[in-house]
Amino acid sequence: MTPDQIRREVSAWLDANWRVDRPLVEWRNILLEGGWAAPHWPEEWYGRGFTLDETAVVAEVFREKDVVPAAQVGPRGLASETILACGSDDQKGRFLRPILTGEHTWCQLFSEPGSGSDLAGLSTRAEFKDGKWIVNGQKVWNTSAHHADFGLLVARTDWDVPKHQGISYFLLDMRQPGVEARPLRQMNGHQSFNEVFMTNAEVPPEDLIGGEGNGWHVAKTTLSFERRGFSRRVRGSSLDGPKQGPIYAEYEEELRIATEPYTWYPQREGRVDLVLPRARETGAINDPATRQEIAKLICLYTGARLASDSAEARRKAGTTEIIPAGSIGKLAASVIARQASYVHTMISGADAMLSGPDSAADGIIAEVLVSVPAISIAGGTDEIQRNIISERVLGMPKGYRADQGPFRDIKRNA
Amino acid sequence: MQTEFSKEQNLLRDVVSRALRDKSPATAVREQMASDRGYDEAVWQELCGDAGLAGVHVPEAYDGAGGGAVELGIVAEEMGRTLFCGPWFASAVMAGTALLEAANESDRQPLLPGVADGSTIATLVLDDLNGPAGVGSSIRVVEDGKLSGTAAMAVDAHVADLLLVVARGVGGLGLHAVQGGASGLMVEPLQVVDPTRKLSRVAFTDVPARRVGDVTREALSRIWDRICSALAHEMIGGAQHLFETTVNYTKERYQFGRPIGSFQALKHRCADLLLEIEIARALTHHSARCLDAGEGEPYVASMAKAAAADAYMSAARAGIQLRGGIGFTWENDTHLWFKRAKASEVLFGTPAIHRERMMTMLEGAA
Repeated sequence: MTPDQIRREVSAWLDANWRVDRPLVEWRNILLEGGWAAPHWPEEWYGRGFTLDETAVVAEVFREKDVVPAAQVGPRGLASETILACGSDDQKGRFLRPILTGEHTWCQLFSEPGSGSDLAGLSTRAEFKDGKWIVNGQKVWNTSAHHADFGLLVARTDWDVPKHQGISYFLLDMRQPGVEARPLRQMNGHQSFNEVFMTNAEVPPEDLIGGEGNGWHVAKTTLSFERRGFSRRVRGSSLDGPKQGPIYAEYEEELRIATEPYTWYPQREGRVDLVLPRARETGAINDPATRQEIAKLICLYTGARLASDSAEARRKAGTTEIIPAGSIGKLAASVIARQASYVHTMISGADAMLSGPDSAADGIIAEVLVSVPAISIAGGTDEIQRNIISERVLGMPKGYRADQGPFRDIKRNA
Repeated sequence: MQTEFSKEQNLLRDVVSRALRDKSPATAVREQMASDRGYDEAVWQELCGDAGLAGVHVPEAYDGAGGGAVELGIVAEEMGRTLFCGPWFASAVMAGTALLEAANESDRQPLLPGVADGSTIATLVLDDLNGPAGVGSSIRVVEDGKLSGTAAMAVDAHVADLLLVVARGVGGLGLHAVQGGASGLMVEPLQVVDPTRKLSRVAFTDVPARRVGDVTREALSRIWDRICSALAHEMIGGAQHLFETTVNYTKERYQFGRPIGSFQALKHRCADLLLEIEIARALTHHSARCLDAGEGEPYVASMAKAAAADAYMSAARAGIQLRGGIGFTWENDTHLWFKRAKASEVLFGTPAIHRERMMTMLEGAA
């Protein structure tokens, strides 16, 4: 369909169905039945088989008409895309609808204290006993786990095969006595994540996804959606300013809870946008050393944006070359954030010792200085990105590995 | 504005790349860098006379191919990759750009076609190679339009048939045409770090010259930008060559029973280098597109020059370091690119000068 045809069709449907006085869940069920909740999904699962570009046109019309869309912010998007890609019809039937309506929230249970970059080295244990899976272990960095209804869980089910082969993937009910989520406080003071402790937590056999021992494959599917930004579609969902009508109040509350963990994310990227205004305001713009560092930042920032646009254009044109735009872009973001943090420090001088409401930009600069280290770690450390770039793009040989053979025999954290 | 290369531009790159790989292998570079003239006249005739590489950016009205900064950049990039030895940069880029940006129409017509088809070897003589602000500090117009003064360094002046000299006269800066071998002209070849690009000291003592145009502050800035954009392309080509050969070397060299490219210390350095070159390349290609379209940040050329110079030096340092001892020998070719990187880093302004130029354009002088 052409964008105009899509536009006309979705507009006509919304004119007939959208009302601000419906309860949120009721409206979303209507949206689901109408096929406009997730247009990029297949027709048998609430969708229309649209491309992502066609879906973007639909989202645009929703925004123009201030229409509340299906629930999509936060880890729930990872859950629905993973279940759609790897789940059974029974699982899709049970889980997809309440994700889209917003009745269920989800979290991701992947990283562990003992396995960060080496995710496949995880040691949370799932054993099949008396007709169900019994889970014991600890997870960490679990956004939204403290209010989630379900978790995407990877656990080890076979200790006698190589590490990637012994992992299974489960859909874990978080509302049970064996699951405890504890908020984790970060160095910047925010609590965006949790630790999750599982003690004899139970999973029924029908909530194993992708088959026993096939969990690594399913996890890679989730991670690919995570890299494509399905976990944090904040901009695509928020409406411009507060709107009148009962449904908006419900929606704003849902967004507030879902986006709360991410309020400091702009700060971890260095707040490049504040550099020139602050340099002018403080007079640092006239300091030759600061000018040099600002110019370096502008070169990095402009060049990285141009390189990323160019990679995207080549990808769209169907190039055969390997462009790990994700890894290069992520590494570039780290370099930019560090340089921005360095420049902010130069601009502040001794004032960089202060934080809170009386400090520069209402505490934003102080938050930048203690949040930037996160960008080089979250979503794959800089070092892992460098491994990916050197091995996949440059074809450099893989290093020596000490984790081959049965997982039971591999040295790991105590 | 264009954001990707067109099919024709990619074709141009393929043709130039193939010709240069054939005509400018490292053995030829070593031969020419040791010679006095510094280039092979038969190769010059083929590349510039027959293939028209000195006129890619010159309008068809002056017997050029009618391209712009993008086409000029493509040729520069491929020349930088193979470290081509010859007065192409001095003649096509420097002198050609000066004629296009500052010469009167009536003076372009007799001068530019010869530059475009390679039959005239020209150069641009500036008495300061650090920044446009210092140009005009030494060379002056004395009586009867004659020139006196000194340019401490001029690129390929030792082989130039035509010297275009920026000199200060009563009405400000002007562009002056001087014939090679003119009376009172002394061209003294200098000992240089990078022997693939020759420099001479050029002294003028009442040298007969013809004023061919005014050089306003704006025109000088445009000339500087276009030369720097082309030079950035040349540097990106060289950086890419060093990067590729260095990565390949780490795959072939064994120590401790493994290819050294399997060690993370080397892998991570290569990944960082890839990022630095990608960013510099994006800025460089962007600069040419902006110059052609008359759009974009006013300081694009300085961004490109600063970033490309830093990336080239990073590639050059890594090229030596990752090869270890062999990389420090005369026999190994890496030092040829290292020296070009060093010379290009400072020619037409160090990265620090260009960063300050950026900030001045953006925010005014400090």
